[in-house]
Amino acid sequence: MIILKNKEKKLRKLILYIALILVSITMIYPFIWAVSASFKTIQQLFNGNPLDLVPDPARPQNYSDAWNYVPFGRFLLNTMFVSGFVTIAQLIIGSMAGYAFARLNFRGKNIIFMALLGTMMVPGHVTLIPNYVLMRYLDWLNKYQALLIPPVFNGICVTGMFLMRQYFFSIPKELEEAAIIDGCSRIKVFRKIIIPNAKPALATFAIIAFNAQWNAFLWPLIVINDVNKMPVQVGLSYFRGVASTNWGVLLAGTTISIVPVIIVFLLFQKYFVKGMLTSGFGGK
Amino acid sequence: MVSPAKTYSGTSSKTKSRFSLARQEELTGWLFIAPMLIGFMFFSFGPILASLILAFTDWNLLQAPKFVGFNNFASMLDDQYFKQCMSNTLYFVVTMVPIILTVSMGLAIILNKDIKGKAFFRSAFYFPSVISTVAISMVWLWVFSPSNNGLLNTLLGKLGMAGSVDWLGNMGTVKPAMVAMRTWQSAGYYMVIFLAGLQTIPQELYEVADIDGASRWRKLINITVPLLSPVTFFVTIMLMIAAFNIFEAIYIMTEGGPGGATNTIMYYIYHNGFRLYSMGYASALAWVLFLILVVLTAVQFKLRKDEAN
Repeated sequence: MIILKNKEKKLRKLILYIALILVSITMIYPFIWAVSASFKTIQQLFNGNPLDLVPDPARPQNYSDAWNYVPFGRFLLNTMFVSGFVTIAQLIIGSMAGYAFARLNFRGKNIIFMALLGTMMVPGHVTLIPNYVLMRYLDWLNKYQALLIPPVFNGICVTGMFLMRQYFFSIPKELEEAAIIDGCSRIKVFRKIIIPNAKPALATFAIIAFNAQWNAFLWPLIVINDVNKMPVQVGLSYFRGVASTNWGVLLAGTTISIVPVIIVFLLFQKYFVKGMLTSGFGGK
Repeated sequence: MVSPAKTYSGTSSKTKSRFSLARQEELTGWLFIAPMLIGFMFFSFGPILASLILAFTDWNLLQAPKFVGFNNFASMLDDQYFKQCMSNTLYFVVTMVPIILTVSMGLAIILNKDIKGKAFFRSAFYFPSVISTVAISMVWLWVFSPSNNGLLNTLLGKLGMAGSVDWLGNMGTVKPAMVAMRTWQSAGYYMVIFLAGLQTIPQELYEVADIDGASRWRKLINITVPLLSPVTFFVTIMLMIAAFNIFEAIYIMTEGGPGGATNTIMYYIYHNGFRLYSMGYASALAWVLFLILVVLTAVQFKLRKDEAN
């Protein structure tokens, strides 16, 4: 009886593992396929077996072709610049507000806090058109300002503010009280005591914000037409129009756009998952 | 906890200093939230209000906006495209929400157990959700490729189900194909949220259930699922918003086709606003979508309250 149960348990475990491995393959295989296909010739892509992962002959020119078709280097630089700027701005603005909501008393605090959280419930497309009109009015269309300024104040900023606020609650008050009695200003306390103690939360916030900016599509699609100012996602979509059916080249472009994210994910994956585990929600 | 302001307020002679300290704190508070608040005034609160006003106008960006009352809303009733977009969007909501919810919850429950390689599986399942929808759509165009060498067709061929189905070119298959892709893309993300929720369930409950000889299934139904309900509620709302907003995948993969089978309300808003430049109508559409979301969320809150009673 016990032996039978043990056997059953083992079998159950085996099935579980096979299922988990199959799901993992399903999740990862399309990316592996995309990378391999980006080295294939058109003939292989259209006539070969897609399960055959080794390109024969390999055609690394797909990458140089992609690079020559559209300015991919420029796209990547644009995205890095924009994502970096927005992330840093959100870190500063979000952590400052998070600190005020966690520690300071001022009139209207609760109403403002609820109003900010409330904007997360409003789908982005409600603000899309007025913001576009605002960009037109400010003459920011097709300019970097449009990519740099409005995206700072999106849902990710609220998410991050909330994340920072929760984290600041966990920093013992005594730490700052001592400094305040010594005559330190709040701003100095924030800079010298609070921020250095909040590094894990800041890292999570940074990862979420950077990833969201890297992948942003609809807003840049609307405000940027100039190829030289396109971030990589819009560039990729534009590239699809230019290269139409030249799929080896298109997949090379896709791979170029994915690789930086994969590197960031592999390096900081604990922040991705942990950040979501601790904050309860991430940035989508 | 005694606040510094209070420590100074012991004697009446110090009243003034307490007052100024409280004032100083108030000022500092406003100073700290000012950048966020000002930005949100310009790019969030203001635009939300502006969008509501625009919804009652007719505006092509060239002439001055013209107030048209409820005309935009009334014309939706006769707009065949709007109806089609609405029904397509609802299809995505009623399929994606329960499917992704079930899959992500299931994965979370499995990965919450003590199994080897847990961290690897967690990362692998989560991985697609860090990649942009644009890039994923490019890859999935090949998964669904109509020729014999599409990934899905090849796999089905290997399993003996030959045939070259044009997954994205067929009105019957395009919607399920999109649902499958979105499930694959986002299940891992919601799985992590469920994992966070699972960690809050006290282990003792399971131990007590074990003593009572409860089966695996009973523990799942009577402990795990009910105690996860706050997370389930949260995820349902997030999934609903995501499903109503589906846009990027459609923009890249189908452009609303074939035969309008994947025209969604969000795609229609984009089309009206940025292809036809009817800003008023597009704003009205956006508000209708927003109001639907508000109503559905309110209904969920109500249901949840009733359940709790």
